[in-house]
Amino acid sequence: MNSTLPLPTPPLPTVPATEKILLTIIGLGLLALLPAAFAADPWQARVSLYVALALVSGGTLLWAARKFGSHPAGVQQDNLWLRASTSRGNVAWLTAVVLTGFYVVLYWFSSPDEQGNFGLLNNLIHALDPFSQALRQRPADQWFLYGTFYTLAILVMGGRALWKYRHSPYQRIRTVSVMFFQLGFAYLLPSLLLAFQRPEYYFSYFWPLKYDYLFPGTVSYLLKDGGPGLGVFMVFWGAVISFVGTPVLTYFFGKRWYCSWVCGCGGLAETAGDPYRHLSDKSREAWRWEVRLIYPILGLIVLVTALLWLGVSGLLPAWATTPQASSIGLFNNLSPVDALSKFYGFAIGAVFSGVVGVGFYPLLGNRVWCRFGCPMAAYLGLLQKHFSRFRITTNGAQCISCGNCSNICEMGIDVKQYAQRGEPIIRASCVGCGLCSTVCPRGVLNLENGPREGRYQASPLISAESLRILS
Amino acid sequence: MNLVIIGNGITGVTCALTVRQLRPDARITLISEESPYHISRPALMYAYMGHLRPQDLKPYGDWFWAENRLELVHATVTGLDTAQQQVELSTGLALPYDKLLVATGSVSRVHNWPGQDLAGVQGLYGLADLERMHRETHAVHQAVVVGGGLIGIELAEMLRSRGIAVTMLVRDAHYWGSVLPPEEAALVNRQLQAHGVTVQYGTELAEIIGDEAGRARAVRTSQGEEIPCQWVGLAIGVTPNIGLAQAAGLETDRGILVDEQLQTSQAHVFAAGDCAQHRQPGPEEVPIEQLWYTGRQQGETVAYAICGQPRPYQRGPWFNSAKFFQLEYQTYGRVPARLPAGIHSFYWQHPTEQHLLRINFQADAHGAVMGMNTMGIRQRHDVWDQWLRTATPITQVLSALGTANFDPEFFRRHEAAIVGEFARQFPQYPVAPPRRKGIFSFR
Repeated sequence: MNSTLPLPTPPLPTVPATEKILLTIIGLGLLALLPAAFAADPWQARVSLYVALALVSGGTLLWAARKFGSHPAGVQQDNLWLRASTSRGNVAWLTAVVLTGFYVVLYWFSSPDEQGNFGLLNNLIHALDPFSQALRQRPADQWFLYGTFYTLAILVMGGRALWKYRHSPYQRIRTVSVMFFQLGFAYLLPSLLLAFQRPEYYFSYFWPLKYDYLFPGTVSYLLKDGGPGLGVFMVFWGAVISFVGTPVLTYFFGKRWYCSWVCGCGGLAETAGDPYRHLSDKSREAWRWEVRLIYPILGLIVLVTALLWLGVSGLLPAWATTPQASSIGLFNNLSPVDALSKFYGFAIGAVFSGVVGVGFYPLLGNRVWCRFGCPMAAYLGLLQKHFSRFRITTNGAQCISCGNCSNICEMGIDVKQYAQRGEPIIRASCVGCGLCSTVCPRGVLNLENGPREGRYQASPLISAESLRILS
Repeated sequence: MNLVIIGNGITGVTCALTVRQLRPDARITLISEESPYHISRPALMYAYMGHLRPQDLKPYGDWFWAENRLELVHATVTGLDTAQQQVELSTGLALPYDKLLVATGSVSRVHNWPGQDLAGVQGLYGLADLERMHRETHAVHQAVVVGGGLIGIELAEMLRSRGIAVTMLVRDAHYWGSVLPPEEAALVNRQLQAHGVTVQYGTELAEIIGDEAGRARAVRTSQGEEIPCQWVGLAIGVTPNIGLAQAAGLETDRGILVDEQLQTSQAHVFAAGDCAQHRQPGPEEVPIEQLWYTGRQQGETVAYAICGQPRPYQRGPWFNSAKFFQLEYQTYGRVPARLPAGIHSFYWQHPTEQHLLRINFQADAHGAVMGMNTMGIRQRHDVWDQWLRTATPITQVLSALGTANFDPEFFRRHEAAIVGEFARQFPQYPVAPPRRKGIFSFR
């Protein structure tokens, strides 16, 4: 045993027949996406898509009700690290390849050509046309398809999470919250705005996560297309939440008010990503990478935003804002500042947050983007660490170092290092999902907002070794 | 100083970490035959159930030991020479010491049942037991667990996670009869029923019956009933692991006898944790304590003694916790299974849900709290510790009960119902109405 203890892997208990039938239904639903994507007849494609979505959604909800509902309410983690789907086995790899492939196609191979053909996703997108017309008064595009899938995933897997965590009011309310904000603020409201010929605006996304919301281009577009009332309100809302609301709310509640209650990326992670939350790397090395990546990314987006504003104010030298030819297609005919902005959008906005962030859920865990990449999380984290009443309290000397808290932590925090020393957990990365408290078998952890004095005070009932545990 | 510690459980490791703080220059060696790295014994069940991977059982990263200059030796100690001050290892090596800590823990207790050496019969204490259980429960459909205590119910939960049918044989009339009052045990029994465990109370194991291959195929109970099964878990408790100490000539009784600084009968040799037996336990304390928490506290005390700064072992108010399937249990102070004279026991249970609170207090005018049991409600250790240390009256505790609540946000609070029930049971102790927790207040 160097780093692993050898234990023979046991055969898994047989899956009950009802669960097998429901899993088959989900599988058939996924298969029905193939005719939906490739059928020549549009009517057939449309029917296939709706059948597929009905089978997958209904099957998943019934399966969750069966799987979690047939056991008494409580922590249900049996065989998590033994099943191929949740322990980086073949099922997980297949899921990751399919998800990643979908993102690659979506981002780079589904822009419409002159005939309105959306490439590989063309059938799926047009199958949503009637729905899009009804909701948004316009035909579907690739982002409507993505938004619909995304919202459906949060709602359906949110239903699963509600079954799984039904014993915990904190988890129930939090899950309903992310479902509500996704459906209302990130799907229906932007669609309605479009229906009323207004700019599509997401009231639950803010700079620096939705980085372009404070870019000069977006601001002037919102002010113009949103009209004098709504456009001003949108710009005002975005700026006020980014610079005033965020510090104030984080002071009172920690970064959880956003990351695990409101944010759409967090919403997907907490629902569709819930089966993968234990896969996050808890090692010290992973923590070092987290710090190396997330703060430079925050720095980069602050820099890009500042340069863009300086550029439009005419405070930059002319060469920085003059379009230039480039051998790299992505940057051709862009000014250096615009090229930097474009680079951020490509590398961070698309590759990191989308392809890696969600595509790699089944391999790296559900919060890779939030932990290593999100500049909003970095900003909230700095506030949470240094200017907040939030902490996770350790209950006296009751910790038995079992490690369930560290295991479940989607942000890769080695929670037990603090708990076994009786210390409160105050980490920039903690999104306050509360799962460590939910799974703790001894009732040791509790998320609390309290006075900042003595926030780091350890319990007097345990003599914390002051040995260096975390560098 | 050259410190050798036999055993890398919580006691040995806590001692090592404390000595490292007190004596940065000490050479510290931890010897274990169980595993090269310290593991959390209470977490073993989670590795079996697939909640954790085996490597997740390690409370510290592998780099931790080298960085803190703690030498780890994976070997069996074959002999102990207290005259030469050295430890003999299975590798042939002999390790000299200036100070020695024996922290060898426990072994599963057995009863000399017929058939207890058959294949598919075992206890659960250490990593080797877990490996064996992994191997031997593969094709098992029915299992019998002997013993109605903490390990017994853990075994039942582990087996149920694999869909194995479980029958528990419990000697007492209710679950964990030596520790829990009947009402608490009844709530645990509801968990056992809900999770499909068959329990036979008032029943002991008579013999284990094997097949031709030498494998358990059934047990016979004290009632004469034969229960077919392919695996038998023996969980009637643990007993100090003192073989090595006895062979070395240390004074032993049930455990290795130690004074209040955890010194054994031999100079420079200390014993702590599960394997130690206090010659003079404190008032109302037991001589042998076999908990994770007491192991940690003794490990710390013995470190001070080893470093020549002795301070007597003072455990403070008792506490413990457990989880019975989905039911969490915490206890602070003393709540014996049978109510002693001169003590009142206030008991509240939710009419439908699984929440329970019991507080024992002195049956005099002051009414100092003596201890509490809670199930399905989390309580704050620091607050209860303070109340118990200062002999706080029950009336004061109840009106401030909200400050001890440790349930997560949005959980339903029960203080009003609890105080109402108290007023019904003990009208002679008037309680001021509890303060309600405001949304922005803390504790």
